[in-house]
Amino acid sequence: MPTNFPLFPQQASAQAGQVDAIYFFMVAVTAFFALLIAGLIVFFSVRFRRRHRDEIGVPIHGSLALELLWTFVPFVIAMGMFGWGAKVFFDLYRVPAGAMEIFVVGKQWMWKVQHMGGQREINELHVPIGRPVKLIMGSEDVIHSFYIPAFRVKADVIPGRYNTLWFEATKPGTYHLFCAEYCGTKHSGMIGSVVAMEPAQYQAWLDGGPADGTPVDAGAKLFQDLACHTCHQQDSQGRGPVLTNLFGSRVQLQDGRTVVADEAYIRESIVNPQAMVKAGFQPLMPTFQGLVTEEQLLQLISYVRSLSDAGAAPGAGTAAPTQPQDRSTLENKR
Amino acid sequence: MEAPALNYLNNGHGAASWLLTKDHKRIALLYLASITAFFALGGFFAMMIRLELLTPAGDVTSPEMYNRMFTMHGVVMVFFFLIPSIPAVLGNFLIPIMIGAKDLAFPRINLLSWYIYVLGGLFTLVAALSGGVDTGWTFYTPYSTAAANSHVITAAVGIFITGFSSILTGLNFIVTIHRMRAPGMTWFRLPLFVWAHYATSLIMILGTPVIAITILMVAAERVLHLGIFDPALGGDPVLFQHLFWFYSHPAVYIMILPAMGVISEVVQAFSRKNIFGYSFIAFSSLAIAVIGFLVWGHHLFVAGQSTYAGLVFSVLSFMVAVPSAIKVFNWTATIYKGSVSLDSPMLYAFGFLGLFTIGGLTGLFLGAMGLDIHVHDTYFVVAHFHYIMVGGAIMGYLGGLHYWWPKISGRLYSEPWAKLSAVIVFVGFNLTFFPQFIAGYIGMPRRYHVYPPEFQVLNVLSSAGASVLAVGYVLPLIYLTYSIFAGAKSPADPWGAKGLEWEIPSPPPTENFGITPIVTHGTHQYAPSKEVGVV
Ligand code: HEC
Ligand SMILES: [Cu+2]
Ligand SMILES: [Cu+2]
Repeated sequence: MPTNFPLFPQQASAQAGQVDAIYFFMVAVTAFFALLIAGLIVFFSVRFRRRHRDEIGVPIHGSLALELLWTFVPFVIAMGMFGWGAKVFFDLYRVPAGAMEIFVVGKQWMWKVQHMGGQREINELHVPIGRPVKLIMGSEDVIHSFYIPAFRVKADVIPGRYNTLWFEATKPGTYHLFCAEYCGTKHSGMIGSVVAMEPAQYQAWLDGGPADGTPVDAGAKLFQDLACHTCHQQDSQGRGPVLTNLFGSRVQLQDGRTVVADEAYIRESIVNPQAMVKAGFQPLMPTFQGLVTEEQLLQLISYVRSLSDAGAAPGAGTAAPTQPQDRSTLENKR
Repeated sequence: MEAPALNYLNNGHGAASWLLTKDHKRIALLYLASITAFFALGGFFAMMIRLELLTPAGDVTSPEMYNRMFTMHGVVMVFFFLIPSIPAVLGNFLIPIMIGAKDLAFPRINLLSWYIYVLGGLFTLVAALSGGVDTGWTFYTPYSTAAANSHVITAAVGIFITGFSSILTGLNFIVTIHRMRAPGMTWFRLPLFVWAHYATSLIMILGTPVIAITILMVAAERVLHLGIFDPALGGDPVLFQHLFWFYSHPAVYIMILPAMGVISEVVQAFSRKNIFGYSFIAFSSLAIAVIGFLVWGHHLFVAGQSTYAGLVFSVLSFMVAVPSAIKVFNWTATIYKGSVSLDSPMLYAFGFLGLFTIGGLTGLFLGAMGLDIHVHDTYFVVAHFHYIMVGGAIMGYLGGLHYWWPKISGRLYSEPWAKLSAVIVFVGFNLTFFPQFIAGYIGMPRRYHVYPPEFQVLNVLSSAGASVLAVGYVLPLIYLTYSIFAGAKSPADPWGAKGLEWEIPSPPPTENFGITPIVTHGTHQYAPSKEVGVV
């Protein structure tokens, strides 16, 4: 980590160059206009300085041609900037297929990370370079914001929903991880580091760390411990629906809506089951709000998701992709 | 013209003659005194912040105290200084005079609005003295409703109350501008200062109720645990952000439009030339007021707002930049072939032009969605809005105060000191806030009590600039006050400017005009006669 006096952030992700390109373009264009205005003002006030006490200016009331010119030109430039900015935004939010997923939970004042292989970290995030990484992020208390300046990515982490963020690290190194949304007393202490590693070293790191069971395993255990399995059975004998192949499918709700069963939907089904009752079922499911932590929720979700990854279970057959892509955030689909 | 023995200042003495006055000019002075006090308070909090940020470690204040400092700085400066500043002081004093009226339409309501402001201010003072608030001036939920352990309710009530003061002021201005114009003062002869206040008043009336309700909902959730914003109670935290910015983005225009009005007047007066493109300036104010209501979502690009909503907010944000650009070009063109004199108000106006241009242009960076992801909630944003709200609005306010001071006080201040302070403010301002653009792009998040050491150099520059800036703000307080007691008496029109306010004595008599004037042309017509077409 540089401790000297940088004037520009490091570029350490596939996206960083794209963001910097539009930044430099805007710096150039805006500097041109700022200098133009400043130059004209200085020039006019020297050239047309008052030469004797009673001098007055030449009455000029305007010029339609000029007005149109300086309405139209800024408008066109502004629209160009808008288009470019929107393009970069889409690229920064459209998660490429096959991205490696990692769970992140923010809480006052730390970041808790859970890898799919079971590794856990606090205020640190180890990632391989050259591979897209997708973070699925939730909050236990207030709003936080996950920010890696060297990667030029940021997304708010909001209680009650999941936001996602993806990046592809390109340069091995240790980078700042900041909380960017004010979250109380130790907001500025909610920082950490992102360690980008060569794939081989990353593999070594994965192997070396103590893995306390994958989130799927942990979720399966919770599913038993919380007695979910008493209602959600493998066959349609239980009082609740079969969860096999649920993830990614379209669910018909009692109130007529159809929603995609994504992470947010499953979360909502567990903490607030009455909000989205599946058509053809009684609203029997009790709420688990307060009984499970955000991390446990993510584990349950990954377990339910794994029931679709298998894809072999008969019955509830939809051919929906197991990991819906192209979601700017899960919220959009609701 | 020799000032008559009796003017609004010496017509009645004693506290009651001030505290119960219905004269818009005296009420303007009541506001002037109170917003100056709040400005000093807000400035004190700012100095504490800059002091803490001199070093990366948290060594001056505790984190709790630091969070209270930046919150109180924002609350005081936004709600108790910037929003009332130009409208309640200069607008109050000048609008009736500029349109040839004896007072505002509702003089009693005008006085009432000041009392409401003071009451709201007292709540805020109580909140500050009893320990402060630590939510940031943005009061984001669920932090403000479920987590914050400070005087949120007291501060919220203060803001709620003060809102009514701005609603009443806006209402008074609109009715006055519609109903009280002197014969011949047609809409297109109105001084641009009045147009700017008309647009501002629209925002005050339409926007302020929304923030009032939103703040009330925060209080309700905090006290009664109604689930509005807290997801644990079934609420939606992002809903708050929509409601908050629906007011608070337009509120930026409440602060900047009146300053733009001041600049239009000053640029004309010190170029001795009527404005270039009158109707483009007038209508761009209205366009800003209208489009400004439709861009609030640019504060939520990284909050998980739908991408398509984001696109709409982004394109509208770029569109609202165009009327501001039109104004800047027209002001510049006004100077062309003028008779330019660089008196202190004009220096402030040039300062405004420079700083507002930078502030406005950097706003484009934030409107570009892909770029905003990186700079959102960093010091880049802090720098941007200070360029608008301090560089723009306060420069405009000071420019206006210097321009009309001889009219308000009847005295002339020391011009060399005024020029010096204009330069000091400009230099100090840039030294304070320009480094913050760089710190922000490198990634320094805002509202950080401690920060990584590589940001220190930029922060030290900022803090040094803040001390220079403080000198620039204290100077006018001294020489303007001094002028009241020892300044030379001002003639009716010390600048050789044109406009109804310069035709009556300085200071004006209580009733402004002995006989209602009959207006035959627009303001700032310096060339002899010739009725003008409007472009
Ligand atoms: C008392 C029985 C019962 C228990 C215990 C129960 N559920 Fe449910 N669950 C239901 C019923 C009935 C529904 C369908 C009605 C609805 O949507 O609320 C349902 C719906 C769901 C759904 C949505 C399914 C779909 O196809 O849309 C999910 C996911 C779910 N439950 C997960 C869980 C998990 C995880 C647990 C344990 C933490 C759990 N349930 C415990 C009865 C139960
Ligand atoms: Cu934070
Ligand atoms: Cu805004």
